[in-house]
Amino acid sequence: MVDMIWLVPLIPLLSSILLMLGSATLPRVLIGLLGVCSVGAAAVLTLLVGLEFLANPQPFQLTLWTWMQVGDFSPGIAFYFDGLTLVMMSVITGVGFLIHLFSTEFMEEDASYARYFAYLNMFVAAMLMLVMADNLLLLYLGWEGVGVCSYLLVGFWYQNSANGQAARKAFVVTRIGDTAMALGLLLLFTELGTLDIQAMMGAADQQWQVGDRLPLIACLLLLGGAVGKSAQLPLHTWLPDAMAGPTPVSALIHAATMVTAGVYLIARTNGLFLLAPTAMMIVALVGLATLLMAAFTALMQSDIKRILAYSTISQIGYMFLALGVGAWTAGIFHLMTHAFFKALLFLGSGAIIHYLHHEHDIFKMGGLRSKMPVTFWSFMIGSAALAALPMTSGFFSKDQILLQAYMLPEAGPWLWLGGLLGALLTAIYSFRLVFVVFFGEAKTQPDGDTGWRMALPLVLLCGLAMVGGYFIIPVAEVFPAASTEHPAHWVEYVSISVPLIGLLLSYLIFHSGQLNVDRLVNSSLGQSLRRFWFSGWGIDWLYDRVFVRPYYRLSGTMLNEPIDAIYGLIVAINQTFNHWLAVSQTGRMRWYVASMVFGLILVLTLALQIPAEAL
Amino acid sequence: MEGLNIPLNHILLVSTLLFSIGMLGLMIRRNIIFILMSLEVMLNAAALAFVAAGAHWGQPDGQIIFMLILTVAAAEVAVGLGLVLQVQRRFKTLDMDSADRMRG
Repeated sequence: MVDMIWLVPLIPLLSSILLMLGSATLPRVLIGLLGVCSVGAAAVLTLLVGLEFLANPQPFQLTLWTWMQVGDFSPGIAFYFDGLTLVMMSVITGVGFLIHLFSTEFMEEDASYARYFAYLNMFVAAMLMLVMADNLLLLYLGWEGVGVCSYLLVGFWYQNSANGQAARKAFVVTRIGDTAMALGLLLLFTELGTLDIQAMMGAADQQWQVGDRLPLIACLLLLGGAVGKSAQLPLHTWLPDAMAGPTPVSALIHAATMVTAGVYLIARTNGLFLLAPTAMMIVALVGLATLLMAAFTALMQSDIKRILAYSTISQIGYMFLALGVGAWTAGIFHLMTHAFFKALLFLGSGAIIHYLHHEHDIFKMGGLRSKMPVTFWSFMIGSAALAALPMTSGFFSKDQILLQAYMLPEAGPWLWLGGLLGALLTAIYSFRLVFVVFFGEAKTQPDGDTGWRMALPLVLLCGLAMVGGYFIIPVAEVFPAASTEHPAHWVEYVSISVPLIGLLLSYLIFHSGQLNVDRLVNSSLGQSLRRFWFSGWGIDWLYDRVFVRPYYRLSGTMLNEPIDAIYGLIVAINQTFNHWLAVSQTGRMRWYVASMVFGLILVLTLALQIPAEAL
Repeated sequence: MEGLNIPLNHILLVSTLLFSIGMLGLMIRRNIIFILMSLEVMLNAAALAFVAAGAHWGQPDGQIIFMLILTVAAAEVAVGLGLVLQVQRRFKTLDMDSADRMRG
């Protein structure tokens, strides 16, 4: 059975090709069936392989063929399968299947039904390639593949030029990170002589000492790629704009799978990062800074999808924090639970947007609790998990991260405090969303409630978001053992109670109104802070001034080819003289004679000026 | 040497005068016949200067060059008159300014 894992990415890929070729001829029912069933088949295969693996947890490697052979360099089309791969594959195919099913209803009236499923299937294939790759080059292929699919799907409704702009931004900003990652791969290959992940880890362990400079540089370059793909500071600006795509796409690509690729990359190359403690610290700090920045920003947004986008950035910040403090298992665990509850939230928001005439502004919604009960409960459970209320899936993963961050010597308590502040904000903004959208008076009437193809994924994801915390992910073999020490009990109690305080605050401010913050908000400091956080800490503005505009100005200058101007000047001078001289060519003989005569006189006069001895 | 002895300067003066008259005619005349005649005057002015210079230094070169100029002038007149005929035929006039375009 395990030999069949190559079928898992192949089936969605074939389906994608089929959908591209048959987009004009296939009937709509068949398109939906093909799109959903291919991912469903991949999910079933993953399940079967997973069950076999759990019975006999032995990592294995499968080489299909040699991709290319250049000197010593011979990367294969090869897959590596262990607990981490299994977790990632389960998330991709499982959550992916539910999102595909949801899409059949969400995209029902769209003219480009086949194109949508072709892209989505191709994305699943590329993402599976990314997590199954045995060498970093194949991983890079999948990495770029998901980038392309993300670009295509963000700009899916390309008739609106703003969507195309958002797609290009997503592509260009992640490209900056990808360039760093490509440099990292080149460095690793020249230093270690291989890109096969397992062999590379072994070679790195032998050649390098902990704290050497080379592993630090390599890790920072890989981190650059991870930061771009996972929308962390300072390359996070593309993710909020990427919400221009269809909502199920945001759920699949920009919440559950692709944006967590950076987390996967760092977890996969953990052997390398363990050699560079400084890089680990940077990962943790990047995560902490991002999670706080994004949480504050999410608090101010009014577009339902942008709130979720910033909360995604913030939650991935938690994963980075976990990786940075060496809590590998907790990071991957949070990746999985986050995939469940964030896909749930995004699909829920998709249902709202679908039945509310494409309304995005949460302040124009309200009172949807009784009109859309399934969506309401999805949001309740999803937000509870996002806020890490006790007993939900998010609680288990986030709690682990916070406690392990606390255990880090020296910086630990500070990281824990920052994470705790983030958790408080998370609870506030996620329940702000729930209270504003589902309670209060109704401002817009929905067209109806979700059909079964939307309701079923929501219900299943609700279940996963609730019980996902009790799963035990089989990654013990993949990562070095975490310390079994436990922090003092008061740390645990504080970690548990902070989200509850956030919920209470959110209730008092946004629902009962007992806590009035109007005076605070309306003060001049409050107003400017509000604007500052609303704009995402002005980072887009800053990039616009520092990079985008100077670039436009430079290219505007270069458009007129300033260097050519020198040669243009020479041409212009010649043409001017030519023009003057052409005027003198009248065709009148007498003028020619006269000019010759006067010229002669002139030359003779000049010649006579020269003293005789000089001749 | 017997006979009239005219100083070289006087002859050169006459020659210059003739040359100038010819050149002036070339510059201000429009009739092609007169242009040709002005050219002849200039040629002869130059020839006169050669002969005078040859006589002054007692060298034969001056007279030899005079012969050459005579021949050149004859050839020039032959070609020139041919051109005059052509101009007359094409433009029905002898005004040189009417032939100031390349296309006939």
